[in-house]
Amino acid sequence: MKTISDLNAIKAKVIDKIYPKNPGEKRIVIGLATCGISAGAQPVYDEIVKAVKELGLDGVSVVATGCVGICQYEPIVEVFESGGKRVTYVSMTPEKARRVVQEHIAGGVPVLEYTVANTKL
Amino acid sequence: MDNTSILSTRFYGGQKRVALRNCGIIDPENIDEYIAVDGYQALAKVLTQMTPQQVVDEITKSGLRGRGGGGFPTGRKWQFAMGGEPGTQKYVVCNADEGDPGAFMDRSVLEGDPHSVIEAMAIAGYAIGASEGYIYVRAEYPVAIKRLELAIKSAREYGFLGKNIFGSGFNFDIQLRLGAGAFVCGEETALLTSIEGKRGEPRPRPPYPAVKGLFGCPTIINNVETLACVAQIINKGADWFASMGTEKSKGTKVFALGGKITNTGLIEVPMGTTLREVIYDIGGGIPGGKQFKAAQTGGPSGGCIPKEHLDAPIDYENLSAIGCIMGSGGMIVMDEDNCMVDIAKFFLGFTVDESCGKCTPCRVGTKRMLEMLDKITSGNGEMEDLKRLEELANYVKSCSLCGLGQTAPNPVLSTLRFFRDEYIAHIVEKRCPAGVCKDLLRFTIDRDKCIGCGMCSKVCPSNAIYVTDYTAPGRRKPSYAIDPEKCIKCGACRDTCKFGAIEKK
Repeated sequence: MKTISDLNAIKAKVIDKIYPKNPGEKRIVIGLATCGISAGAQPVYDEIVKAVKELGLDGVSVVATGCVGICQYEPIVEVFESGGKRVTYVSMTPEKARRVVQEHIAGGVPVLEYTVANTKL
Repeated sequence: MDNTSILSTRFYGGQKRVALRNCGIIDPENIDEYIAVDGYQALAKVLTQMTPQQVVDEITKSGLRGRGGGGFPTGRKWQFAMGGEPGTQKYVVCNADEGDPGAFMDRSVLEGDPHSVIEAMAIAGYAIGASEGYIYVRAEYPVAIKRLELAIKSAREYGFLGKNIFGSGFNFDIQLRLGAGAFVCGEETALLTSIEGKRGEPRPRPPYPAVKGLFGCPTIINNVETLACVAQIINKGADWFASMGTEKSKGTKVFALGGKITNTGLIEVPMGTTLREVIYDIGGGIPGGKQFKAAQTGGPSGGCIPKEHLDAPIDYENLSAIGCIMGSGGMIVMDEDNCMVDIAKFFLGFTVDESCGKCTPCRVGTKRMLEMLDKITSGNGEMEDLKRLEELANYVKSCSLCGLGQTAPNPVLSTLRFFRDEYIAHIVEKRCPAGVCKDLLRFTIDRDKCIGCGMCSKVCPSNAIYVTDYTAPGRRKPSYAIDPEKCIKCGACRDTCKFGAIEKK
């Protein structure tokens, strides 16, 4: 059974995983709610997991999350980095996702053409 | 701000996320991530620092009202269920039987942040003195069910459900019940009957569930989105929540934005945001340069908000003043190509199918109303029908047993109020102004525009298009024409014609 101090200990430990604090750490979240799954988010998720593993990237976590709300642009992949940086990729496919892992996650340069900046949102 | 982030978009800019705060951020299958974003802090706080009455007072003070559509003050509902002999069996029920067509607010919360609902149910249990809770979720939501099951399991492992939670002596546990797909089970008394293992039919109120609910015991039943706000109210305070919204409608509301709108999606805005802001700022306007006609809220129980009310702040009072309801949050945008009589018919058709049949006004009344709408849209309507339709609608509204029947006439009444001219066009001119109602449509070929290529006649599935003996001046081939007797009004010819020679009227 957890106590209130356990709660605070978990919070202190995990919050930096959700919003990475250290430079170089990245968190990739893929929207895997019903809306995302029906738009093909599962293969995107699988490809990202595979690509991150193949490239042997350290300090990178890949997480399935819920729905961020922009239905028509699913599947959605977001990258959270230190300094509160957040990049939103829309209408993703496994091919696009691999390029994001290679160029943005490994190379540090976001693939602008796949981001929300390239939509009318 | 960096324009590669969703936060920089207009779609996100006007939003304020309370119920959806964690959706798309945390891993819903990992309880530690929920804890990291202050999860279960509110439960810990109420169990160690607050009395049940203080919890209820805080919720009352926040102004939180039922997000399932009714808008009943949540704190008052909880207050009703308090008291009684110590040791009285009571229940907390979460209504996750989201059934309005096109609405998926609750699904999104359950799939993206299931622990927020579990934590709130435990808080509610402490407040009213209940040790058991049920989540009634529709079986059509397999992902939500899987994540809820997992969340309940991890909450038990961590001791947030079970015996002696946070060493306070408070016990609470939750079970899932799957709905079998009946719309009426979203109505609270029918939902409770269904949990009891009986056929999901409503019963008269009073007694209200807070007095006599599940298995005859005091029960509070709250919607998913309502519960998703509770922990935040405890953590951040009632004043914080009450600082958002309008005088009588506090906080935020989630809408599933759909229909003729550029950005479809799930949005959460402060109460009091205008429809114009939702549609033109967040929603990005109507695609194809078309004109906005109306927004439908509240699904089969709601009504249409016409253009003249675009600037009305959206809250419970304003919507009900124009014969509409907040509803659970479906918002369908309609443009000039939507026929309002057809829309009313669609929603009424839905309630006719979903009426449980227990009470006569709903079972028979809605069916008769649908027949009148059929008569009007098929070109056989008389002006007298409008009066009959209105009269019957008001009977069904006032005499039905439960919310389903009491609200089923709303789509008809609201379109009759704001779009009466469209009904009259169907009846008097035998014409559907939006060109939707098939029986009133007529496809014709402009013989001077027709070049005689014959493509339309090739695609016509009913061989209704024939060659005439008229050849337009300067053309080499004779033009074609449509036999209205054979035409099934599918529109295939019009889609095929490259010369814009086929007209739909």
